[in-house]
Amino acid sequence: MTNTTATGVKTEPGIKAIRLRHPWRNTFAVVLLLIVALFVADAAMRPAYDWPAVGKYLFDQRISQAAFITLQLTVYSMVIAIILGVTLAIMRLSPNAVVNSIAWVYLWIFRGTPVYVQLAFWGLIGTIYQTIDIGLPFTEPWVSFPTRVALSAFILAIVGLALNEAAYMAEIVRAGLLSVDNGQEEAATALGMSWFQTMVRIVVPQSMRVIIPPAGNEVISMLKTTSLVTAIPFTLELYTRSRDIAAVTFDTVPMLIVASIWYLFFTSILMVGQYFLEKRFARGIGDRRPDKKTDDATASITGAATSFPYVVGSGQPTVVPPPIASADPPTDPPKGDR
Amino acid sequence: MVASVSDIPMVVADRVSKSFGSNEVLKSISLEVKRGEVMCLVGPSGSGKSTFLRCINHLEVVSAGRLSVDGELIGYREVNDKLYEMRPKEAARQRRDIGMVFQRFNLFPHMTALQNVMEAPIRVKGLSRAGVETNARALLARVGLAERADYYPAHLSGGQQQRVAIARALAMEPKLMLFDEPTSALDPELVGEVLDVMQGLARDGMTMIVVTHEMGFAREVADSLVFMDGGVVVESGIPTEVLANPQHNRTRAFLSKVL
Repeated sequence: MTNTTATGVKTEPGIKAIRLRHPWRNTFAVVLLLIVALFVADAAMRPAYDWPAVGKYLFDQRISQAAFITLQLTVYSMVIAIILGVTLAIMRLSPNAVVNSIAWVYLWIFRGTPVYVQLAFWGLIGTIYQTIDIGLPFTEPWVSFPTRVALSAFILAIVGLALNEAAYMAEIVRAGLLSVDNGQEEAATALGMSWFQTMVRIVVPQSMRVIIPPAGNEVISMLKTTSLVTAIPFTLELYTRSRDIAAVTFDTVPMLIVASIWYLFFTSILMVGQYFLEKRFARGIGDRRPDKKTDDATASITGAATSFPYVVGSGQPTVVPPPIASADPPTDPPKGDR
Repeated sequence: MVASVSDIPMVVADRVSKSFGSNEVLKSISLEVKRGEVMCLVGPSGSGKSTFLRCINHLEVVSAGRLSVDGELIGYREVNDKLYEMRPKEAARQRRDIGMVFQRFNLFPHMTALQNVMEAPIRVKGLSRAGVETNARALLARVGLAERADYYPAHLSGGQQQRVAIARALAMEPKLMLFDEPTSALDPELVGEVLDVMQGLARDGMTMIVVTHEMGFAREVADSLVFMDGGVVVESGIPTEVLANPQHNRTRAFLSKVL
């Protein structure tokens, strides 16, 4: 059966079919929901979770301060790690063999040892190097001060986390830079842009699309890695603080839940941030046309098709070229670009 | 006496050779391109014509011979018969005056057409944004894309992208334009719009070197045609003559395939 429209074009009526059913999918969902409901109901009643204690400590000032310190550790060390990581990635891609080797050795050491061990080393730095001296070698230093005074546990925690993370960021950034088409760098170079301009304006913005998802992963991972700074020892961040409180009050399980809720809260915020960053750097690739109604791609193609009517194959020119568009911009729309 | 500026050819290649390892891609190429001349480089793939083009703006470094643009040696400074490699900054300054259009367009995908055209004048020449934008819009109008200024490359057809790429190169006000197979990646029906723009440029007196397979364009627009094969210039001359009456067997064999 066919219908005839006003323009005389015959169209088939839409398909009306019975939709495919997925009974097992639904069954599985229901069973799963039941199991979750049972678990939740059980957890709500179980005394070991001690929900009143969770409620009491969740907004305890000591905990919220510790959560803030965890956030500070994450942000500061991540900022340093990203800057250092970008530097290391560019060093790894450098044609200069010396620079390249330095980056390679850095990666070898900082990726090759556990972050917990590295943090323990940073904690001992004041024991290994008791003073920090500024001056020329083999002469009396101009300035000298004790390491423990200059570098607090907080600063050591940031340094330890950042230097370790930089090694991982370097590889992520390097993969991102390599993902950008070679022609981009070539086009920028041909325009007279310097290597640095090419990197900052052309290559890095395009590599962000590849870098951001794994980098977001690293930020979330860092948020949780901060709990290892107890190795320094630095004890004011979220996990160590809640564990210390639990050691006094014996509310071990509720304090773990409190810490977990805070970690989840921050992670969720970071995930939202990552979503918007990804959207920002997908410009020109994932988004839609700026003006949908002028979208007539076919029109732009048809008009220009035969505007260069040379007869190919004979010795003599047979057609005089038409006046070309570029000579006269005002009368230009012939190409159908609207 | 110093020769007047217009007497110096725009491009002079003197026994230019280029090797990639043991593979010699260019073998002693010598040719001249005069001011305002349009030269088409044709030849089978792998004949070295693209490599030669890339040597002219130092994207490739020549292995032997001298290559100069506007009387200035490319990539090297010559002091007392000794060649000194240029600093990247100096090479970049030379490239500013040489526009290049690529087979695969190489537009910056994260910038709109307008931003693509504005990028180099702002960053490289340090011109003010307002003046650059006026000029960029005029250039986009010149290539017939005034209405597409705010489109990202992904939303333009191949022909439109290539025309933006031409406008981007023109924004630096080059004295020489290099085209590396500008229509080879285009659907057949989009080739004409790009050739139109290039012909307009030729009319305005732009010096152009065009690597192409479009023999119609070579015949109608070019002042000279150079046929390359195996890294050497086999034959060159006025396009109509070379195309109608090729002197060498290799030229004849090639033309019989493409015409």
